[in-house]
Amino acid sequence: MNTIKTLIQNICPQAVFSEGEKPVPEVELTPRELADLLLPLREEKGLQFDYLEDLIGMDFGEQLGVIYRLYSTVNKHWVVLVCKAESREHPTLPTLSHLWAIADFYEREVFDFFGILFIGHPDMRRLFLRQDWTGYPLRKDYDASSDLNPLRLEAEPMRDDTDAVIRKEDGETAEEKHVVFDKDEYVVNIGPQHPATHGVLHFQVSLEGEIVKKVDVHCGYIHRGIEKMCESLTYPQTLAMTDRLDYLSAHQNRHALCACIEEAMGLEIPTRALYIRTLMDELSRIQSHLLFYATFCMDLGALTPFFYGFRDREMILNIFEDTTGGRLIQNYNVIGGVSRDLHPDFVEKTGQFIRYLPKVLKEYRQVFTDNVIFRQRTKGIGLLSAGQAVSYGVSGPTARASGVACDIRKRMPYAAYEEVSFREVLHTEGDALARYLVRMEEIEESLAIIDQLLTKLPAGEYCAKTKPVVKLPEGRFFKSVENARGEFGVFIESRGDKYPYRLKFHPPCLPLVSLVNPLASGNKIADLITIGASLDYVVPDIDR
Amino acid sequence: MSYTDFNDNEYIETLRRNGVGVAVGVLDELINWGRSNSLWPLTFATSCCGIEFMSVGAARYDFARFGFEVARASPRQADVIIVAGTIVTKMAPVLYRLYQQMADPKYVIAMGSCAISGGPFTKSYHVVQGVDKILPVDVYIPGCPPRPEALLYGMMQLQRKVKVEPFLGTVNKKEPKSHRFPAINPGD
Repeated sequence: MNTIKTLIQNICPQAVFSEGEKPVPEVELTPRELADLLLPLREEKGLQFDYLEDLIGMDFGEQLGVIYRLYSTVNKHWVVLVCKAESREHPTLPTLSHLWAIADFYEREVFDFFGILFIGHPDMRRLFLRQDWTGYPLRKDYDASSDLNPLRLEAEPMRDDTDAVIRKEDGETAEEKHVVFDKDEYVVNIGPQHPATHGVLHFQVSLEGEIVKKVDVHCGYIHRGIEKMCESLTYPQTLAMTDRLDYLSAHQNRHALCACIEEAMGLEIPTRALYIRTLMDELSRIQSHLLFYATFCMDLGALTPFFYGFRDREMILNIFEDTTGGRLIQNYNVIGGVSRDLHPDFVEKTGQFIRYLPKVLKEYRQVFTDNVIFRQRTKGIGLLSAGQAVSYGVSGPTARASGVACDIRKRMPYAAYEEVSFREVLHTEGDALARYLVRMEEIEESLAIIDQLLTKLPAGEYCAKTKPVVKLPEGRFFKSVENARGEFGVFIESRGDKYPYRLKFHPPCLPLVSLVNPLASGNKIADLITIGASLDYVVPDIDR
Repeated sequence: MSYTDFNDNEYIETLRRNGVGVAVGVLDELINWGRSNSLWPLTFATSCCGIEFMSVGAARYDFARFGFEVARASPRQADVIIVAGTIVTKMAPVLYRLYQQMADPKYVIAMGSCAISGGPFTKSYHVVQGVDKILPVDVYIPGCPPRPEALLYGMMQLQRKVKVEPFLGTVNKKEPKSHRFPAINPGD
């Protein structure tokens, strides 16, 4: 930590340091200092922050600003930067998009919600809301009346150019226009209603014959404004929203928020509860990967695996239903543990399931994985290099298929993951096939984890006692878990109330969808479907 | 509303208790028997309910038993749109256009509390407070998400609704719904 401090102070002597969450140093910078610091942060030995974990827009009350969470995959250390824009009327900050590729999407999101302009960013369109939306919803003084933004039934105006703000050499800012699609480009719209986009996502694809030249992604068709709603909900109420973000990782998402709140409160969780959470997380991972198998194969034109995947997934849903009462959305984790104890049949049924699934996986391999047509359609398609994966902020199975060891379960073990031994599945090819194989092998690892946990499952309480009104101490808290698609993080800024001042979910799927353009460019249009399916994004998680 | 005032779905049949014309009525019944057993849904899903919709399509629940299995990706070929999931302001014009593109006679099922009223997100700045603000809904299926059995039940209610419709001279002659709509002003 001290080396980071001295290195940063060499460049910005005025920077204000504080101990945020230990041992992560938190640095407060002015926009000018940030602009000077960016390149050394990325390049200088001893810093080398190459992974932009999250970029959190904030309304600090008086000022608007951004909190950056950076991680170095080389030096394995973190830093948190806080930067406040100077004016509230015309807030501007320097862009990170030329150094960290994922900042492109993150900054558009912050512009959409807070109206902060990023100088040097080539594309300052709204990411989620309609282009003709009035106001910036996550500002504290946002007017949500329906007079300003009525429900419109006319189509959203689409433009082929973007606004950008650049800083000229004399220090003044100037507006610029960038062209997304030329007049004579052949643009095909895929979505928002298209079965292969896995939800309501809209791709504008520019084609040269059959070859994709460029993909412009439009999100927001299921933007539900969860983060804004959470600001007026008590902490136990916010839990219900997490299940509905990435509904295939419902347990893990809720686990992340519960763990973040518990850490902030300093609450001790009973061991049994930790074990139960881990068990449920792994079962969720398996059912999510089985659904990935079903839909990925369906997108490639094989219908039988769809029925196989769903058939076996139902067994997990039965186990969930016995204990939690819910099939898809379980509402099981609560602050302090889980809401009720495991069903008496749980151990037996889960035991049966983990003995059953390996046989079926073998069948999957015979039917589909070793199929020649499948291999030809996925091998070498959508190549993602390790460096690209880090720069695009990708985590989870997609990054591991490119050889980036990013499993939170290994890197920062939580719940009962320290008690079990498992292999972090890594492939180095980085193509659609590798992404598929990583997920299939992860199912086997999850089965091994469940097997170990079932034999060790301790008796005892399943939930710690909490006060009826949950209040968090002042401060900023961040907690992430590994869900089925990657790192799902929860950021809470608390001002000591029973409501969060700001609650931000770090979605693993937004980096994934930002990959569609770089991966699909230069490939055939049929491969766009393969690539999209192999990334396995869930659209409500992108949009939140 | 007191419990005794509550009409169960049986009341739909009472609409036809006065009988129907001999020739037309019999032909109606034949046509409606065919129509109600081949309701083709549009593959339309925005969020969680869509996964349950897929589950109903898969082997365990298998809605092919009731003639719903031909899920179409194109609205031109679909009879019923199952609004599975939250509809937000940005999606509303798209959904409305999808509905307009469907051929008459067409039906709408609102699946899940989001489609019924906005559900848990009803206070959000970007969520449509129920799909009936923009489309005429035939069947509401509550739940968050509804169980597959509930979806099957809802779809069977739609079948009954189709069965009591006088087809000849009414459904096949009436002005297309898309021309009459939106009768509901979305601003209301």
